[in-house]
Amino acid sequence: MNKLNSETLIKVDNVGLFKNDKWLVKGVSLEVKRGEIVTLIGPNGSGKTTTAKIALGIHKNIEGKVLKFTEKVGYVPQKISIDWTLPIRVVDFMLLTQNLSNEEIINALKLTGVEHLKNNNLSNLSGGEFQRVLIARAIAKNPDLLVLDEPVQGVDFKGEISLYELIKEISEKVNCGILLISHDLHVVMSSTDYVVCLNGHVCCSGTPQSVANNNKYQELFGDRASTILSVYEHKHDHTHSADGTIKRKQ
Amino acid sequence: MFDDFFIRALIAGIGIALVTGPLGCFIIWRRLSFFGDTLSHSALLGVTIAFFFELNIAFSVFLISSAIALILLKLQKTTKLPGDALLGLLAHSSLAVGLVVIGFLTTIRFDIMGLLFGDILAVNEIDLLIIWIGGALILLILKFIWKPLFASTVNHELAEAEGMNPDKVNAIFTILLAAIIAISIKIVGLLLITGMLIMPAAMARNVSNNPNQMVKLSIIGGLLSVIIGLFSSLEINSPSGPSIITAALVLFCLTLIKIKNYSELKK
Repeated sequence: MNKLNSETLIKVDNVGLFKNDKWLVKGVSLEVKRGEIVTLIGPNGSGKTTTAKIALGIHKNIEGKVLKFTEKVGYVPQKISIDWTLPIRVVDFMLLTQNLSNEEIINALKLTGVEHLKNNNLSNLSGGEFQRVLIARAIAKNPDLLVLDEPVQGVDFKGEISLYELIKEISEKVNCGILLISHDLHVVMSSTDYVVCLNGHVCCSGTPQSVANNNKYQELFGDRASTILSVYEHKHDHTHSADGTIKRKQ
Repeated sequence: MFDDFFIRALIAGIGIALVTGPLGCFIIWRRLSFFGDTLSHSALLGVTIAFFFELNIAFSVFLISSAIALILLKLQKTTKLPGDALLGLLAHSSLAVGLVVIGFLTTIRFDIMGLLFGDILAVNEIDLLIIWIGGALILLILKFIWKPLFASTVNHELAEAEGMNPDKVNAIFTILLAAIIAISIKIVGLLLITGMLIMPAAMARNVSNNPNQMVKLSIIGGLLSVIIGLFSSLEINSPSGPSIITAALVLFCLTLIKIKNYSELKK
């Protein structure tokens, strides 16, 4: 596929958000095209989620402009808690913002490996299972634009890799554009077309290779950055706890 | 067989139960129980204004309650106070202002008990029309906004991101709540409206595992409460509004037994 000529799905132009007396992000521009995976990386509090929410239109009163060229958007939020007062099964959740046939529901759940949970109650799922259901819901209707905010948090290590592979597969098969947020540099670097490194503003951006070579990026991530240079396949040097935080192997 | 007033009371109660069933589910899901209280407190102000300007009670209550509801939505966005504090603020101030206004209405004899507990046996044909036409409208609008409203109940940001306009449907839902309070104020009274909104939905929550089922059971629970409550008030000569809520309480306790059986089965 010729990515140079592919259609732009969303264009974020020099946006910023000023809230509670400080700039959460400022001067961020990016663009997601069809068939492309754009990854936002950056340390905690660098404005990755804020940027994604600005792009999605969740944050109002922003500075700058967001041009969205599609309404078919799938979103996997970073945090979602289902109140136990609400009885809701996986199948009800799949239909939350869209109408799906039974076949479409099963296919989407199969892709993320949780079709056996279809009639389970959402509140009974584990963190990892819930994350897979979230992804299944977002991709079920073949959206044009997928926004994934730390989509594999809480998923076990093997599942994490296969889910990133699935995300790459989806972007090719469904031919959608993907805006991916991650702090997990290793896996993401190998399956992305364009990287935007944030630290309240765009610290640097470009192809994964060029970002990894960038001095500012290396300053921001310190010694972890240097491992990226050599890594384009996944190195098993860390594990994740249930909430997705990285635990280094001793 | 039965007197006309009893048949009218039954028809009115059934009409209200049909509407409070689904609305009540959203109140439980969104943890808005106190919101219902606030709206019904503000209804007192609506009633006094109706007396003052000689307006229709339902109409005046609807205006005041919607105004209070929209003020609340606005305050939630602009202040740093938590939702329950704002609810208390609005509930008490509208109640107080309502009572102050009543104090000025020395020329009018005011049946406060009737206002607080309603008088379902005094329903006339016009009330029936207001309840059934108003109720049908509320249900129609609710059906129309069901999907986005449910989506924003589950997760506001997700609904926003996927183009469901949650702010708009939340405002509409709030106005629907004001409307049901307005049309049922004469029947079950201020204090019992929230009971009719919460109790059927609460008993339904005990015995359902998906949203649609909960809505259906909530309607059935409300209908049973009205029918059992009214017939027993006729039988033992108890006040009818409170009897309906007492019947709902009994039904709620029965659903608790069902939960207990479930958990024993699982062992």
